[in-house]
Parts: sequence; structure tokens; C-alpha cells
Amino acid sequence: MLSRVADNLYWMSRYLERAEHTARLLDVNLHGVLDQTTEAAQRRWGRLLSSVHTDLPSSLSGDAYGITQAMTVDASNPASIVSCVTAARDNARQAWEQINSEMWEQINRLFLHVGRTSMDEIWLGEPHAFFTTVKEGAHLFQGITDGTMGHGEGWHFIRVGRAIERAAATATLIGAHFTTGATLEGEPLVHLEWVGLLKSCTAFEAYVKFNSASVTPESIAAFLLLNADFPRSVRFMAADIRSGLHAVGRATGGRGGRPERLAGRLQAALDYSQIDEIMGDDLHAFLTFIGQQCDQIHTAIYQTFLRYPVGTALASRGLGF
Amino acid sequence: MHTSSPGHGTEAELQSSQAPFIHYWLNGAYDEMFDAEGTPRPAYQQLYHRLLEMPVEELHRRQRAADVAFLTQGITFTVYGAEEGIERIWPYDLLPRIITGKEWTTIERGLAQRITALNLFLKDIYHTARILADGVVPRRLVYSCRHFRREMRGVRVPGDVYISVVGSDLVRLPDGQFAVLEDNLRVPSGVSYMLVNRQVMKRVFSVLFTSYDVCPIDHYGQALLSTLQRLAPSETSNATIVLLTPGVYNSAYFEHAYLARQMGIELVEGQDLLVHDARVYVRTTAGPKRVDVIYRRVDDDFLDPLVFRADSILGVPGLFNAYRAGHVALVNAVGTGVADDKALYAYVPAIIRYYLDEEPILQNVETYVLSDASQRQYALEHLDELVVKDVGMSGGYGMLIGPCSTAEERETFRQRILAEPRNYIAQPTLTLSRAPCFLEGGIEPRHVDLRPFILYDGQVTIVPGALSRVALRRGSLVVNSSQGGGSKDTWVLHGS
Repeated sequence: MLSRVADNLYWMSRYLERAEHTARLLDVNLHGVLDQTTEAAQRRWGRLLSSVHTDLPSSLSGDAYGITQAMTVDASNPASIVSCVTAARDNARQAWEQINSEMWEQINRLFLHVGRTSMDEIWLGEPHAFFTTVKEGAHLFQGITDGTMGHGEGWHFIRVGRAIERAAATATLIGAHFTTGATLEGEPLVHLEWVGLLKSCTAFEAYVKFNSASVTPESIAAFLLLNADFPRSVRFMAADIRSGLHAVGRATGGRGGRPERLAGRLQAALDYSQIDEIMGDDLHAFLTFIGQQCDQIHTAIYQTFLRYPVGTALASRGLGF
Repeated sequence: MHTSSPGHGTEAELQSSQAPFIHYWLNGAYDEMFDAEGTPRPAYQQLYHRLLEMPVEELHRRQRAADVAFLTQGITFTVYGAEEGIERIWPYDLLPRIITGKEWTTIERGLAQRITALNLFLKDIYHTARILADGVVPRRLVYSCRHFRREMRGVRVPGDVYISVVGSDLVRLPDGQFAVLEDNLRVPSGVSYMLVNRQVMKRVFSVLFTSYDVCPIDHYGQALLSTLQRLAPSETSNATIVLLTPGVYNSAYFEHAYLARQMGIELVEGQDLLVHDARVYVRTTAGPKRVDVIYRRVDDDFLDPLVFRADSILGVPGLFNAYRAGHVALVNAVGTGVADDKALYAYVPAIIRYYLDEEPILQNVETYVLSDASQRQYALEHLDELVVKDVGMSGGYGMLIGPCSTAEERETFRQRILAEPRNYIAQPTLTLSRAPCFLEGGIEPRHVDLRPFILYDGQVTIVPGALSRVALRRGSLVVNSSQGGGSKDTWVLHGS
């Protein structure tokens, strides 16, 4: 597969995952702040912004309306939903001959819908409906992709992109909650905030099934980081990254050594860690480690498959004379 | 019933003027659907009656269905000039344009003759230039053409085929005859719209479509692929063929992606290709892979910054060197633009006679070559009647349409012509034929042209279909999509 096209598929997937993640965060937050004092609400929005890596203009008013606007329809903010969906669709368009028409039509529909929606429609109508459309649009795309695209190299690049994006975002989100939330343990509003973290990862119901309704920060961290079965846990994502890169390595004649090794290291760290050790040691250091590993895997994918030096590649195959 | 007096020809009324034809009128232009008496032509009888039966709301519903299909499929083109290039959906007219088998046979034979002769011309001028020595075509005209590539002198191209993919523009004149208006021999586009128009037509007008015996066109992708395969430099059974696009911001990007998908070949950008030891490779996740044939949709100027425009970021450094060494085929060849220069166009009938010793089957439009003093003088005196075209421009840009121009615009063109006469030609203002189009208020006549797509690999293949482009603005003669034009599915009927 063309390196550039693999790159497009990888980023298409990352941007779509990012749009979905942002939609979910905003949805949960807008809903959650209804029950809270102004001060707590401010803290929540601050946390949301710190977890999406965006530099919003300093002029932005930090209220719910301003933040929602900046994170949904503001095309000048690269982290907004409209920017992410547009970027995903631009990448899909560049990989047009690799994805099938059903995939293309779905991502194009989502793009047309998001692009047509105004802030008034989101705010004065029902914000939840807008976020639901974005989340469902992304899910539908993923379903169409899994159900109609050959599970070859391109599909694995899509899968790896989504998994890296999701693993890094989940780690960041956990970090943001443990920075601002852990001090007020036991109060009903704090309980809501931890539930909010679970809901931001669509993990609340899965968590309750697994742990009953006892919501403690430690068991939440354990669930979101280390659960082997929940498809949004960091551990599950690490397994996805590794097996995706293994498949890509096989499809490209065994070129995947380094990215796969890095992914294996991340997977092992999550497979064999215990939550009491992580919490007792330094949770933030562990989360930073996850973020760094994701960055390294990303760089290794580029060096190995996408931007490798051509002279060396030809010489090593004996074609360079 | 309307009649109008646009100034030429006689007017006639339709025999019956029922909905949805109440706004239909005839004038001096050839009408594709009605004869001069207002009776539907035989091939259009069924369509006509079907339209009379159909409520206007139903036509609107089908038009909307077609528009939605184009929008969700992302079938768009990009308009330049507006900020950052805006994607517009492909404007599609619901009603088919019908060409009879007999008319098509003439078009097909005429185009085959024309393409064969033009290919011989290109081979000649890049080698011995016999036709220039014999004085059939003025030497100056060829060598002053901005698309003449001296780098191509003496270069052997695979199978001596220069022009493999052609999209000629034909117009139908008031006498009902087709004439060639332009030969597009560089990187013609539009074929994907021919194909998608047909797909949408089959969806929204399936019953009508079945009742006609329409020649299929869906095999165009296959035909193009085998043309490209035959041009591979070496006798490899599985040549690697790629389609080189300028990228997503190009107005025809949809077409590039569509054709690549139809043929199952990679769609590449300049940044994906690299040249090593005069061989071309594409960068893949499994390492560099050799490329044999490039169907390039990038203009000559931008192909290789080492040879042509140094500021090009769309091209591939070293590509021309690999091409000259015979290690890769470029389709179309480099330098074909000299044969579709608008001034050289005037000499195409002579070129046909010279190489084939035959009379041209399709007529040319009368053309004044403005580098010639007497022709220039005539043209300058008649600017208000003529159409003046910049020889190097396409897409309906750089034109003066005399009868619709202001004195100021004519003066601007007069100055430009005097400054650079070689850069302009003039033609009489043609009355293009008109075809029924479905618009807001019902069915109205609009001017159309016809662009068939010709493949050539030593043999000529023409898929029996074409893109009919429509000037959707009332009275407008400009059919280019960049200028508010639309398009129609074009049915070539079996038999005569």
C-alpha cells in the first residue's frame, strides 16, 4: 500500500476518534454541570480543556457556551469537532481509492451534517442530539469499515490509528481527573465527577457490571487502565495496537520490527501491572509513560512504513546500483 | 408558448404546448428534441410522451433525488478563484440527450480519423518535421506554441503513441451537422461525469432507460486500463500502472480518484513517486516499488521541476529523465499540447489530408489565426461579431464573446491582440444546438455541446457515450462547469 495512503487512513481514523471523544466529553460535561455549583462547574470545564490539548484563544470566555462553541463549530480551532471531522474527511478523500463507497459516503454525510450545523442549533436546540449524531456517525463509520472493508493492511492502519488516539486520550483524561478530583472524596458531587469520568469513556455501565456500584477512584483507574475486556481500556487498546502492527508487519514482508516491539512493551506494562502498585508508586508517572510510549510507537510507524529513507531501502534490496 | 428573437434564424412554435413544455420555444439554433416544425424527432418521441405524462412535482422529486445522490457520493468539482477553492456538487440535468446510431457512426469515424492524423503529426514534428518542410503548417506557428516541448525532439515514445486519452469538444450547428470545436490532447477531464451521470440516470429514470436501446458505457475503465497496459515500456505481463494527480485541491480530483478505483490502480501524488537511477518508484509501506506506466493528470509544466517549471511541487524530480531513457511511459506523452493549440486547430483539416490523404469527416469551425496580418485585420474590424480565444487557456477562461461584450471589453482585447497576436484566435459566434433541460419553471431549451472520450493505443476505441455539457444560464453559450455549466447523460442508441 502507498505510504501516503496508509498515512491518510491512520490520520482519518485518529481524527474521527478525536471528534467522537470530544463530543462525548462535551456531552457528559454539559449534562454534569447541571447539578453543580458555579465553582465546581468552572473546575470541570478547566479539566475538560486540559484533557484535549488545545490552545484556545485567551479571549475565550470560559463559560459553557464559549467553550462549547470553541469545541464544536469553531473551524479556526483545530481541536473542534468540525475541524476534526473535516480533517478526517480530507484524509478519507486522499485515500479515496482505498476505502469503499459506503465508507466514503458515511464520512461525507457526517461531514456535511456537522458543517451545516450552527451554534444556535446546537445550543438552543438540544446539544445532546448533536453530540449523539457525531458519536453515532463515528460508530456507524467504524461498523461499515469493519463490515465492508477487507481486513488487510489498510484496515489495520485504521485500527492502529484509532487505538493510539484512544489510549493516549484515555490516559490524559484519567490524569486530569486525578489532578483535580481526588481531594474531595466522599461527597455526593464528587461521586458525580467520578461517574463523569466513566461516562466520558462510555464505561459507566460496563464498570458497574464489573465492580457493582461502588465507585472509588482506585477501582475506576484500575478499570480504565487495566481491564482486559473493556474495549476502551488502555490495556485493550495496547493489545489492539500490537496486533494491528503485527499484521502490518506481516503484510509488508517483516518490516514491522521496531513499532511492534514498542507496542509489545506497552502491552506488557499494562498486562502485568497492578493498580495498588501504580497508585502507590506514582499514577502520573505511569500515565506519562503511556503517553510517551504512544508517541514513540507513532514515530516508529513513520520511520518504518511512511517516511523511511529511500536510498537505504533500495540498497538493502539490491536495487540501488 | 414563447417565441424569442435573439437575432438570428427563424422562429417556430411547438405544435402542442402542454405542461411541462409551456416555456419552450424554438429559434434558429438546431433543437435536439424538436424539428423546425416543433414535432419531436423520432428518437425523442418516447421521452417526449413520457414527460407529458409526468407531473412536474414528480420531475422535481427525481431532480432532488439525483442532487442528493451527487452530494452524498461527494461528486464535486472545485471552482478556482474563490477563496481556497470551493467544492460544488456536479450540476446535473435530469433529461437525457439522445444521439442516434447513425449520427454516432459519423462522429466515431470522424474522431478516429482526426486522432490518428494528430498522432502522426505529433510524431512528425518531434522527429523529422516533414510537414513543416513541406510548408503545410507554418513553422513559426509550431515553434512559437507555448506547449511545444523542444525536450521531446528525437524522444521515442512507446508504440509511437502520443495521445492516448482524448476528450474532443463537438458542437452541433444549425444545419444539424457536428463540428469539432477543440481537440483536448493534454489532460482532458470529464469522463467520470459521463459515467456517474449514467449511474444516476439509471437510478432515477429506470423505466424510461429500459424502454430505449442505449449502448452501455460502463466498460470505459477496463478499456482505459488495457490502453495503459499496452503502453508499458517492457513486455511485463503485470505492469505497475499509477494515476498521478495534482492532489485533492485539483478541480478534477473526484475524477482522478474515481478512475483509479474503477481500474484498481494506485492514485499517487508527486510526493509518492521518486526517481532513482532513471527508474521511477512509488513509496509503499513495504518499500519502494517500480512503476511502469503513469497516467498523469498533471500538466507538462508541473511534471518535473528539473526540466520544466522549477517551482512545481506537484511533480517528480528526475521523471523526465526516466521517461527519456524509456524506463517509464507517460500518458499522454509530453508535448502533445502543440497539437491542440487553438491556432494550430485551423490547420487540422490540412493535417488530415497530408497524413491520411482523406477528406475530413468532421468539419472544423472557421478560425482566424491572428498572427496572420490580413486575418487579424478582418477580426479586429468584426470584434463585435466574433468570439476571441486565448490559445493557451481552457475552461472558458480568457474569452471575448463579441455579441455579448461591452465596448470596453472589446478595446481590452484589441490591445491584447495587437500586443501578442500569436496568443489569440477568432471564430464566428456559433449557434450551438439546444436541448431540453429541466429547470425551476419547467422544461426550457439550453445550449449544449458534446464531449466524447477517445482512447488510442495504435487502435482507436471510443466508448459509445459522451458528456453533454449545458449552459444552464438562459442565453449563455458557455458550457464549462467552472462557468456555471451543467451536464446531461448522453444516450447513444443502438442501430440506426
